[in-house]
Amino acid sequence: MRPLRAKRPARRLRRDPAPSRLSYRLHRLWLTPLIRRMLRIGLPILLVGVSAGYYLSDETRREAIQAWLVEQRQAFEARPEFMVKLMAIDGASTELATDIREVVPLDFPLSSFDMDLEAIQKTVSALDAVASATVRIRSGGVLQVSVVERIPAVVWRGREDIELLDETGHRVASVIARAIRPDLPLITGDGAETAVPEALNILAAAKPINNRIRGLVRMGERRWDLVLDRNQRILLPEENPVAALERVLTLDKTQDMLSRDLVVVDMRNQMRPTLRLAKTAMQDLREIRTREERIDNQ
Amino acid sequence: MTDLYATQRAMRNMRKAAMQRGVIAILDVGTSKTACLVLRFDGPEKFTGEDGVGSLAGQSSFRVIGAATTRSRGVRFGEIDAMNETERAIRTAVQAAQKMANQRVDHVIVGFSGARIRSYGLAGSIDLQDSVVREQDVARVLAACDVPDYGDGRGVLHAQPVNFALDHRSGLSDPRGQIGNRLSVDMHLLTVEDSAIHNLLRCIKRCDLEVAGLASSAYTAGVSTLVEDEQELGAACIDLGGGTTGLSIFMKKHMIYADSVRLGGEHVTADISKGLQVPMAVAERIKTFHGGVFATGVDDRDMIEIGGDTGDWEHDRRTVSRAELIGIMRPRVEEILEEVRLRLDAAGFEHLPCQQIVLTGGGSQIPGLDGLASRILGNSVRLGRPLRVQGLPQAATGAAFSAAVGLSLFAAHPQDEWWDFEIPAERYPARSLKRAVKWFKDNW
Repeated sequence: MRPLRAKRPARRLRRDPAPSRLSYRLHRLWLTPLIRRMLRIGLPILLVGVSAGYYLSDETRREAIQAWLVEQRQAFEARPEFMVKLMAIDGASTELATDIREVVPLDFPLSSFDMDLEAIQKTVSALDAVASATVRIRSGGVLQVSVVERIPAVVWRGREDIELLDETGHRVASVIARAIRPDLPLITGDGAETAVPEALNILAAAKPINNRIRGLVRMGERRWDLVLDRNQRILLPEENPVAALERVLTLDKTQDMLSRDLVVVDMRNQMRPTLRLAKTAMQDLREIRTREERIDNQ
Repeated sequence: MTDLYATQRAMRNMRKAAMQRGVIAILDVGTSKTACLVLRFDGPEKFTGEDGVGSLAGQSSFRVIGAATTRSRGVRFGEIDAMNETERAIRTAVQAAQKMANQRVDHVIVGFSGARIRSYGLAGSIDLQDSVVREQDVARVLAACDVPDYGDGRGVLHAQPVNFALDHRSGLSDPRGQIGNRLSVDMHLLTVEDSAIHNLLRCIKRCDLEVAGLASSAYTAGVSTLVEDEQELGAACIDLGGGTTGLSIFMKKHMIYADSVRLGGEHVTADISKGLQVPMAVAERIKTFHGGVFATGVDDRDMIEIGGDTGDWEHDRRTVSRAELIGIMRPRVEEILEEVRLRLDAAGFEHLPCQQIVLTGGGSQIPGLDGLASRILGNSVRLGRPLRVQGLPQAATGAAFSAAVGLSLFAAHPQDEWWDFEIPAERYPARSLKRAVKWFKDNW
């Protein structure tokens, strides 16, 4: 039997296509630019903000996030490409290298994020024997320390100890005895270390009598005495010591002055160079003179 | 009358506000369809043309960004019959157009076809105080027009100065600054039934829209379909709508007469429905697919299935020949055209230098209508389609949309109406501050 119920059309047409007044108003509201922007931008931002605020309002969650962040950071820093495995020192003698290794106590391997290169550079530069230092991390995980060493120019005998100084007067190292560096000239006296360049000039000028020089003595922290062997001294003036020394050397050259029995050549007064003979020299001279007169009289 | 002027002025202000916002909606409430267009104005209106109209006849300043039509409900003879139904139709059209434009519109310019429009020619003249025509003189001459008694319950919809004359010189479009002794004006006044307007305004208010202008669709159809020389030399536009047939006569770019016949396409449909005993929807379908006004021999053999769903085989399998259909349609179309002829004769259309007649509106799409119309109305009849407007969808470029397109032209370039001119100083109440200011302005 055929079903009595009529077959319904699949989709019934809506009788009224008109929007209800509510939907009409909502549509107009939605098309209002301000409302639309608020709903499309403001509302999501608000929602995200509120939910984030709610989530972060709990202390334990905040800590967890913090811990997670720290852990992530550490994991990142500990990656093999950031690990420094050894320190290479260039331009330093072995003693200086050991010194540098001492003052920069790093136990490798170490992440490059944990290193303070500037501090390392400062520490290394602070060493007396180091003129300048550059520190960088080379590819392959090498901490490269390039050092320019100070070259000792003089030996300075101070009141307490003996030290090596470079040409600017900066301390390089201590030595136990002067004999350790016989090749370097010796300076001494109070304030000698502050006038090293002048001393070096004087020593350079005194090259012709180099083999006789014992050292330079700073007198009264203002002028130099050049001390030769046989306890001879050349007292140099405060100003123009090199010129005065050259005068002395000229005299020495022409009259063989320094090989005579002198104790002091006093050049402090430029106008009046003074010689002091040794105690016995005058007697010897007189004896020689009388002997010569006798010979002449005979 | 001042009350109506106040509303018209308020509408003009509303239009200005809408122009500043840049978006305005056009609503054409017809008997058979409600159309809504959303227009976007690109910046302030600029007068670019040297003389006359600019490029694209001044239409380049706006663009249609949304268009929607829906079947009208609750409208009969272009007047609102069931307000709720009409409101729904308006809501549907406006919402769809807004959706297409993706923009909210708050201001709407409304066109309607019914409300028994009646047009009057007014004349007024004044003696000029000093020999130069000033703004105030124009205002005074407009105020000097003797307004006819157009009856209770009617209001002025359009009041357009059509012609200014200064002494013996007539045909001035702008008399300001010219020298003469006597200034006179011809004005065209269009009155409508107040109640119909109020119903319409109320309906639109209930849709949360602000009315920025009102226009008769007889007028706007003429604006959009008559080309420039027709408007200049004189032509009649006949808008064959659903419930009414509007008719407007243009001369020198001004509407000089408008009227409407309360007969339209729906009457043809009703005739078919009665004659063939089919529902209105089927009758409408048969009319649009097979309708015509000239029967030829082949139409006797062209059988049209009428259909039906009574369950009676004989009834559901009825057919009718196209000749019979034409036999039903033609007398009604002829009646409409005869009525139009009467109105044209009453308006003195035969005295115009050029008697071009342009048929437009949905009803003008009946095949063969132009032939029938030229028999009844005169030789120079053509079918008109609305002007092409930027951004208008293809579906809305047909003859049925000439009133809507005309409305958008009207929105972009409204005709100067009475309320656009200055108010004469005498019209201000005595002791008014405005009047004092005006007096000072005029005398110094």
